[in-house]
Amino acid sequence: MLKEYLAISMFFIVALLIPVAVIFISRLVAPKKTTPEKEEVYECGVDTVGDTWIRFKTSYFLYALVFVVFDVETVFLYPWAVQFQQLGTFAFVEMFIFIAILVVGFWYAWKEGALEWK
Amino acid sequence: MNSNPDLLTSLAGSIRSVLSPLIGNPDGVDMAMYGVGLLAVITLIFTNAVILVWGERKVAGFMQSRYGPNRLGPWGLFQSIADVLKLMSKEDYRPKLVDKWVWALAPIIMFAPAVAAYAVLPFGKDLVPVDLNIGIFYFIAVSSITTIPLLMAGWGSNNKYSLIGGMRAVAQMVSYEIPLVFSMLGAIMLVGSLKMSSIVEAQSHIWFVFLQPVAFLVYVIAATAETNRAPFDLVEGESEIVAGPLTEYSGMRWAMFFLGEYANLLAVSAIASAVFLGGWQPLPLPGALGDMMHAIPGWIWFALKTYIMIFVFMWFRWTFPRFRVDQLMGFGWKVLLPLSLANILVTGVGIFLYRVAIGG
Amino acid sequence: MNDMVFATAFYILAGITILSAVGVVFLKNIVHSAFLLALAFFGVAGIYVLLNAEFLAAVQLLVYGGAIAVLIAFGVMLIQRRDMSSSNPDAAWSPLGLGMAVMAMVVFIAAIVLTQFPVTNVAPEFSVEGLARLLLTDYVVAFEAAAVLLLAAMVGAIILAKGAKEA
Repeated sequence: MLKEYLAISMFFIVALLIPVAVIFISRLVAPKKTTPEKEEVYECGVDTVGDTWIRFKTSYFLYALVFVVFDVETVFLYPWAVQFQQLGTFAFVEMFIFIAILVVGFWYAWKEGALEWK
Repeated sequence: MNSNPDLLTSLAGSIRSVLSPLIGNPDGVDMAMYGVGLLAVITLIFTNAVILVWGERKVAGFMQSRYGPNRLGPWGLFQSIADVLKLMSKEDYRPKLVDKWVWALAPIIMFAPAVAAYAVLPFGKDLVPVDLNIGIFYFIAVSSITTIPLLMAGWGSNNKYSLIGGMRAVAQMVSYEIPLVFSMLGAIMLVGSLKMSSIVEAQSHIWFVFLQPVAFLVYVIAATAETNRAPFDLVEGESEIVAGPLTEYSGMRWAMFFLGEYANLLAVSAIASAVFLGGWQPLPLPGALGDMMHAIPGWIWFALKTYIMIFVFMWFRWTFPRFRVDQLMGFGWKVLLPLSLANILVTGVGIFLYRVAIGG
Repeated sequence: MNDMVFATAFYILAGITILSAVGVVFLKNIVHSAFLLALAFFGVAGIYVLLNAEFLAAVQLLVYGGAIAVLIAFGVMLIQRRDMSSSNPDAAWSPLGLGMAVMAMVVFIAAIVLTQFPVTNVAPEFSVEGLARLLLTDYVVAFEAAAVLLLAAMVGAIILAKGAKEA
């Protein structure tokens, strides 16, 4: 198994090296003529006003929260789905309860408007 | 099934038999074969991007009753090669207000999950570059980190369009990831394994698209959103936020994002064909017609199905108008997620009833 | 040969994890810290692979690399702040943080030293199938408790976030 993951790490390393190489090669052939205008923030020709890094709305955070909960649920659901046919009725009922508990949370998030884009 | 090795399988076999005496130790040969797989994947990603850039414009032209690229070479085939050369020679300038490291690393990191995800794609029988036990789950895990480079690009550019685009990209991708992941659960319950080769093997009699039609629909919609393509392309909505997180990139850096996006498009289409459309399995037709179908090599079937899926995604792009952001989030959470959850329960009950019926 | 590859991989991954964790603490820009945290998670996932726990590694990547990192980044976006280049305030709280870290370390070391780890010659089963069987039979209470915990986390977080909006 470790052999397979050595191969996976090979994929990752090569995947990081290729863009570096490509960008490097392009730097060799591409022109390099910077002007002050070119280095400005691109805002369709209008001078930029104020900071970019300002406070964002809470909607983003709420979606991320609900996402984390469901992401963790996936982690439980996948092993269960694999073993589903072997484990029988009891496991099915257990997972039913598990999902039901989380659906309560989902319903609460829905009711509280956490899924609403405001 | 397909007992005669096809072109690619025998090619892999002969590479292995050439390498074996050269390297000697079997572990080394395996590693070398993984290397060959990696090389093949990289070649595929680059060729595919070149083809798709041209294909997308041709499809767009076709949908809008115009020609599309038609000047360079026959049917404009060399257009994308000219595009690549143009991009290579474009200046790679750095706006002065960017957060240097975050901005510079984002396009490089964008490419990594795209390539790494290809490791488990089942291109054909015995043609899975690395057939992991947790295959499909590995794919999900690796593609879930695509959000990070987009966030880095959006934040690092220090541009309002970029940041809004980056935040939207991430919010959208996390929202549609859950239905995407849940939609594949039904198929996994039927197979009982996460290994990509087993998932395809299990569809030798019936493709899962017939057993899991709702899941397939959810998958296709969620995959469109995951790849940030129209009608879910608010991330790069050019009429409002220029090019989203890509606004401040030029030349090859920009091309890396583009390459990553086309690589992801091919990957989600390949997963659709592997999990729902039977992967390398031929069309299940009865009698002599079925035998004829079996004569066609598996990897051609796989490529055919994958490119049909890609065509469907392109069709979407040129057919539907863009969503509004509140509609987008509402649709993901309030329609697709309950639908995919219901699909899991229905599948569970269905398998149960089926087993009671056959007395298992 | 194999041992050497294994050791090299371990040291590289451990190095990535520790260096990025150090970066998380010491960098002045909190967004840089968040991205480095994602890198540290990635390193930990690699170490799980070395421990033969492939499913856990994928979980680490999915939940921490994909979800928690995004949550933290969005959390950062939520905070009002003036100068980005010094948004990771450190000095005032560092003695307290150090104390907490030392305490946590003592607890971990004690736990590692005091636990009687069962040693067998049989290779442990780390497959997804085995995990599911254990989770849904022997550890079913913990499994359902996890659901309740997730529910509580979601409800609590929504209440907190709503409070933040009104304030």
